[in-house]
Amino acid sequence: MSDGHAGYGTGGANDGRGTGGASGKVMTLDAIVGRLESGMTLGIGGWGSRRKPMALVRALLRSDVTDLTVLSCGGPDVGLLAAAGRVRKLVTPFVTLDSIPLEPHFRAARERGALELVELDEAMFLQGLTAGAQRLPFLPVRAGLGSDVLRVNPTLRTVTSPYADGEELVAVPALRMDAALVHLNRADARGNGQYLGPDPYFDDLFCEAADTAYVTCERIVPTAELTRHAAPQTLLVSRHAVTGVAESPEGAHFTSCAPDHGRDEAFQREYATAARTPETWRAFTSRFLSGTGEEDYRAAVRSWHKEQR
Amino acid sequence: MTPTPTTVTTVTRAEYCVVACAEAWRGDGEVLAAPMGTVPTIAARLAKLTFAPELLLTDGEALLIGDVPAVGARSAVTEGWLPYRRHLTMVMGGRRHVMMGASQIDRFGNQNISCVGDWRQPTRQLLGARGAPANTLNNPVSYWIPRHSPRVFVERVDMICGVGYDSAAAAGPSATRFHELRRVVSDLGVFDFATRDRAMRVVSLHPGVTADEVRAATGFPLSPPEGPPPDGTTREPTAEELHLIRAVLDPAGLREREVPAP
Repeated sequence: MSDGHAGYGTGGANDGRGTGGASGKVMTLDAIVGRLESGMTLGIGGWGSRRKPMALVRALLRSDVTDLTVLSCGGPDVGLLAAAGRVRKLVTPFVTLDSIPLEPHFRAARERGALELVELDEAMFLQGLTAGAQRLPFLPVRAGLGSDVLRVNPTLRTVTSPYADGEELVAVPALRMDAALVHLNRADARGNGQYLGPDPYFDDLFCEAADTAYVTCERIVPTAELTRHAAPQTLLVSRHAVTGVAESPEGAHFTSCAPDHGRDEAFQREYATAARTPETWRAFTSRFLSGTGEEDYRAAVRSWHKEQR
Repeated sequence: MTPTPTTVTTVTRAEYCVVACAEAWRGDGEVLAAPMGTVPTIAARLAKLTFAPELLLTDGEALLIGDVPAVGARSAVTEGWLPYRRHLTMVMGGRRHVMMGASQIDRFGNQNISCVGDWRQPTRQLLGARGAPANTLNNPVSYWIPRHSPRVFVERVDMICGVGYDSAAAAGPSATRFHELRRVVSDLGVFDFATRDRAMRVVSLHPGVTADEVRAATGFPLSPPEGPPPDGTTREPTAEELHLIRAVLDPAGLREREVPAP
């Protein structure tokens, strides 16, 4: 639900999407975050506590970017940004840590009324992203009728089928973003992104429905490597929809990134436990999130795991 | 302890619940059985191994499984691919019968999993509406409530996520077209909406449960059965079903953790 349709057919939408030279669209995490601005609408890929672009979220936390509208099938991405007070408005069908059903920071933010929420059904969210990617103003969906999703989103409208059935359906407005952030298993330097796990989630739609899109990945490989051992349909995101790409091993930590790594359940429990009081949360952020980059974060997580043994 | 078809053993409350949930999928044919929770997961697999062999099952993530492993065990056979976006398409196509949970449910089957209290600033934020609005308008829906209490069975839910019969009717023909709530199973009994006004009624109570107990645990008046109910007591598992539950589908006894013995 970014402002209007800014970016359609303008030069702005293609900024930074040139084919580039040898290094193509490769950027650092901090350079990607340097392209983001306060007040933007950001889409975050993945699903719950699965394949979330957490390294970019951590980089965002190191910046002063705030006042964000966030679109996400939410997990700890939403939790971390909400805990840091960076989210003005959240557009989502749910927020969960999967193996821990309720996201503690999202809960706390909602219960203190600190978050403007646009609560949608999953099918509405999918149709909204699809409309955004296809430059349609809306797509019709049955979901929502009779539910309080319509009550809590008073701007949602219905549309009547022009055909003989005359059905009245919900017109889900296009979800558009200033920038999309996704984490994939592999990518090449041109921005072609590949998922090797069982579920693409909505990551390609996020990229296609955004004016700019940034892909982080476990490994950047030469283009020819991408399909050497994988079927071509694993190539989820194409470079025409990608602005920048960054290699970020374990960039989804602590969420899962099958098959490269599973969810770090022990660390996720630590995260959820730390969220219970302001003191424990301060200790968590100072230990894990106050470094200068991902190397510091990974070192802190490694040393924590050593202590647990 | 392994029962044989001739052994008589005490059936636990959790096992009655498994059978009552499994019955929800009887006669469904070649549709996806989508269970939420441990008991419904065992139940869907039990249905598939016995009276509903055509059911489709998932691994809980993106795969349709071609075998019937124990709950919590890894599947060894994949028969299909069902990532979330295809899953949602399947929902909208109706070839699915989901058994969802509910933080609140009311007499007409409205369900809430989003938040408790005023939506603008809830006293308790829960998951969010997730797919409940789409589920209830598109494919058959049943509910599983492991702890029947007046905090769950409420007069009015705080946020309608799953659409009940009264709300669907008020929203018009596009809402009612594919709307169907099949049954509600709790640790106390089985309920449905086969009444004239589509209010929840008792179908059967699990053995050992009294009508007074259910009344006290329900925050709205349950409709009396119109005429004699088909069977006032939840049916016994067969010896084969008990064997499958105990030895094949849930050897670790996870069902007893979700529904402890009363």
